[in-house]
Amino acid sequence: MIKAVMVMNTQGKTRLAKFYEYLPVEKQQELLRGVFAVLCSRAENVSNFIDAESIFGPDSRLVYKHFATLYFVFVFDSSENELAVLDLIQVFVETLDRCFKNVCELDVVFNYSKVHTILDEMIFGGQVVETSSSEIMKAVEEISKLEAASNAITLIPKSASGWRSR
Amino acid sequence: MSGPSLMDSLFQRSLEDLIKGLRQQLIGEQAFISKSLEEIRKEIKSTDLSTKSTALLKLSYLSNLHFQDMSFAAFPALEVLSSPRFSHKKIAYHAISLSFHDSTPVLLLITNHLRKDLNSTNEFEVSLSLQCLSRIANVDLARDLTPEVFTLLSSNKLYVRKRAVAVVLRVFEKYPDSVRVCFKRLVENLENSDPQVLSAVVGVFSELACKDPRSYLPLAPEFYKILVDSKNNWISIKVLKIFSKLAPLEPRLAKRVVEPICDLMRNTGAKSLLFECIRTVVTSLSENESAVRLAVGKVREFLEDEDPNLKYLGLQALRIVAEKHLWAVSENKEVVIKSLSDADPNIKIESLRLVMAMVSEHNVSEISRVLVNYAIKSDPVFCNEILGSILSTCSRNLYEIVVDFDWYVSLLGEMSRIPHCQMGDEIENQLIDIGLRVKDVRPELVRVARDLLIDPALLGNSFLHGVLSAAAWASGEYVEFSRNPLELMEALLQPRTSLLPPPIRAIYIQSAFKVLVFCLHTCFMRGKSIAPSASLDNLPAGVSASASYESFDDFSVENGADVAVVHGQTCASAPITKESIVNILNMVELALGPLLGSHDVEVHERARNLLGFVDLTKPEILNSSIHENRDSEGKRVETSKIIKLMHDAFSKELGPVSSSAQGKVSLPDGLVLKENLGDLEMICGDIEPPSSNSFSFGSPYEEEKEGLSFSNLQIRDDNEQSNESTSLLAAHRKRHGLYYLSSGKSEMISNDYPPASDHTLQGDINDNADDLVKLTAESLIPKRKPKHGKPRPVVVKLDEVDEKPVAMKQPESRDDSLSGAVRDVLFGSEDIPPTSSQSNLSNSSKRKGKEKQHTDPHSKESAVGDGNSSSRRRKDRSQGKERRRKSPRKNDEERKDADQKEKKKSSGGRHKSRQRAEEPLKVPAQTPVIPDFLL
Repeated sequence: MIKAVMVMNTQGKTRLAKFYEYLPVEKQQELLRGVFAVLCSRAENVSNFIDAESIFGPDSRLVYKHFATLYFVFVFDSSENELAVLDLIQVFVETLDRCFKNVCELDVVFNYSKVHTILDEMIFGGQVVETSSSEIMKAVEEISKLEAASNAITLIPKSASGWRSR
Repeated sequence: MSGPSLMDSLFQRSLEDLIKGLRQQLIGEQAFISKSLEEIRKEIKSTDLSTKSTALLKLSYLSNLHFQDMSFAAFPALEVLSSPRFSHKKIAYHAISLSFHDSTPVLLLITNHLRKDLNSTNEFEVSLSLQCLSRIANVDLARDLTPEVFTLLSSNKLYVRKRAVAVVLRVFEKYPDSVRVCFKRLVENLENSDPQVLSAVVGVFSELACKDPRSYLPLAPEFYKILVDSKNNWISIKVLKIFSKLAPLEPRLAKRVVEPICDLMRNTGAKSLLFECIRTVVTSLSENESAVRLAVGKVREFLEDEDPNLKYLGLQALRIVAEKHLWAVSENKEVVIKSLSDADPNIKIESLRLVMAMVSEHNVSEISRVLVNYAIKSDPVFCNEILGSILSTCSRNLYEIVVDFDWYVSLLGEMSRIPHCQMGDEIENQLIDIGLRVKDVRPELVRVARDLLIDPALLGNSFLHGVLSAAAWASGEYVEFSRNPLELMEALLQPRTSLLPPPIRAIYIQSAFKVLVFCLHTCFMRGKSIAPSASLDNLPAGVSASASYESFDDFSVENGADVAVVHGQTCASAPITKESIVNILNMVELALGPLLGSHDVEVHERARNLLGFVDLTKPEILNSSIHENRDSEGKRVETSKIIKLMHDAFSKELGPVSSSAQGKVSLPDGLVLKENLGDLEMICGDIEPPSSNSFSFGSPYEEEKEGLSFSNLQIRDDNEQSNESTSLLAAHRKRHGLYYLSSGKSEMISNDYPPASDHTLQGDINDNADDLVKLTAESLIPKRKPKHGKPRPVVVKLDEVDEKPVAMKQPESRDDSLSGAVRDVLFGSEDIPPTSSQSNLSNSSKRKGKEKQHTDPHSKESAVGDGNSSSRRRKDRSQGKERRRKSPRKNDEERKDADQKEKKKSSGGRHKSRQRAEEPLKVPAQTPVIPDFLL
């Protein structure tokens, strides 16, 4: 089971945080800080694992990947395979890359909802439901269309009624 | 109302505006956020759903990335959820899954919204709803929505179906009764050809099996099929996870899956799958030699890989193997040791653990040497990691692997000198502990302590203060082994001791006291060597009048003689002359004079004691040096009496006292512990001997040294009477130890140290006899390994420490309602027949051949079915059967059973009858499946 997904930049600013169990915001902040404190002290070209038990409690593991200015961090328990989760990070980043054409930190900053949608397509309640980035893209595009459509249909009547009622 | 709402929606900031604003704000981030929050609070009250939803989205953003509380928006979120528009729903669901939890008050209002969306024709709406359910479901939601989930489990839209499968995990967990409804359909999905759905189902089962593997054993055939057929690595990994939980429960299953796993291991190209195979083999199939060999071979490939991840995982796997197959580590020794200097801290720590796993009594000194060298070179964190693991490994089980304690003590000294060392406290404990337990090591201990004490540089390092206090204590306590007590005295009184914290300073002063008494005693004894025994016998009656003291009398005589032997060398290397004594006395006065004004009570008191002693003895010594032994013979005798008394007080052996010793002392009759202590003075007045002068010195130290409380005084009183007989017994035991039963402890006694064992023996008897292990003399000699040039010295052990509370954490077999429900579904059908089938088995001789197959599943069942409501009948009958359950849990179980029974009465009636109807069909179908597969 995946416990949390985090994206943060090299300054320690959180860019995405998803916890699959409810945690109060203060606790979330504390965990993110704890993770960053360890991440920023690590050299390049070392292994992608961190001892997570000191931060997240027993039976937790953590892998991360560093892309440009961003750290992608997945926290999970013993029912996941470490290397498979590393691949999953790869899939996530690839999908972001496809979605935003050469993804950079700013894309993640300004597309809060979309990034969440992508992640939700991959991981459902802590379980991985989709590992193919093209499938994910398909679903995300469908969802975007649906969103746009539902806004478009009602936009005109709403504003019209607004004017009329005036 | 529509007016402002229009204005709101026209001029409302979108999420993008908010993000841009946050990046460009000039008023500070927090200020900007609180301003935005104010806006959001207003906007979220709007009646226009678009405005509301945008506000909600912004709030979610601030909550998610800027950790703002959004609990106030719980109800608006529900309002937005009711919007027919997809985009609004999506925002609402996002907000809800971020902020809702079990105690959110409006949680119950969401049920109908969820139900509506679960029944929607739009797969993405269903997906949103399921996603939300997987995050927030509580008992009520899970119960109320079980029918919808059940329907979706066979949805023909794969997109929906795999999510329905995944949500089952949460639903089961929250509402175990849903298992009865959904489980069958979940299992059916195991045969789905679509890898996506299959992956989801297998994922769910791997999570379920983690919590309670035994319940899922009957599904082994299905999993086996998937393992063999699967082409998808993700699925294979999950199935392997399941098997690693199931295999240890059922040896035949383990035998069966070994082959396919080995095939996978040989053929797969995916490192993740390969690693999972390795992990499965080393954790769950470690009995299978050839599989382990193969796995270790693959681990080796990992270790030699450039990728630090693989290397790290390889080391991890190796550590798991090491528990049962140490050869695997030795085979890869070079790589492991090389990894100690890897750039990656994870790899370093992992290899350190492996190195420590290889330690045995034969190589401990070499390995420690290598590691200490690494420690000197490495960064502070890892350095302390190394030192910590050396310390904990060597001290494990009372220094089990340490044979040469001289070496170990000097290693401790060396370790504390490593610049980054922060393990001072642990080293301190071990130095003292070894000093107490291992008699033979004391000379070396004193030497090490001396080296530490005379180095003024160490006093500045606050991490080492603990070590120094241990060194000071050891050098004071075992001063008779010191080659040069005078030097020790100087070290203890050096000016830089002012850098020490007061409690440690107090220890220094106390040790100086001991050293001083020793020097004086040595000096005087030599002076009076004409008739030392006479002087000993002359010991004033006043001294022995102290009740606690008497019992030690004979022993101290012996000790005195013991010490006298040692003096030979002591005086040879550094003769203690009158002048040197006078020098010391002056030095004490000089060093401690200022401390009389110390604000620390302990320091103050110790200094006062020592100075008082100096005041008492100094004039005599000065005198005698002038008059040369003639005039004041009488006075001298008195001084020497004092010195003798002090010396005896200090020369008594300190034994380790177990932490529970106090508890073992039974409360003597007539002693009321809670009584007002005001009467104490009166009682003490009675006890106090007439020569209160000498007692005032003797008693406080004596008490302190014994580490015994007042109540023990009385115990010793009691012991005193039996002392004679016990000492006789002890003597007999010593002589004919061969014929005594060994005390059962794995005690190693060095035979060549008769005074030592005798000594301890005496001490033991005088002490609370139960506390210290009875030392047996010759009986254990054969156990000693002839290999070592030096016999392993005695390590005194205490009962309690010996039988350490076994830290075996019984894996709490979760007999909760979920696994109960699962068993119900899986075994439920078999539950009632076994009673009949058992009788069948015993009756019919035809099936006897098969009986063997059946016994296993059945006995398993009996364990399985215990917590299971529907197995009650059988449980009642099988009282004679062996139970694996522990008695304390019984009550719990019974209560639970009763609970379930009640529940069943109210709700499960229909179900029960249905189950019974299915039984005849299912039994023949399912029972043979398991054994056939397993054999």
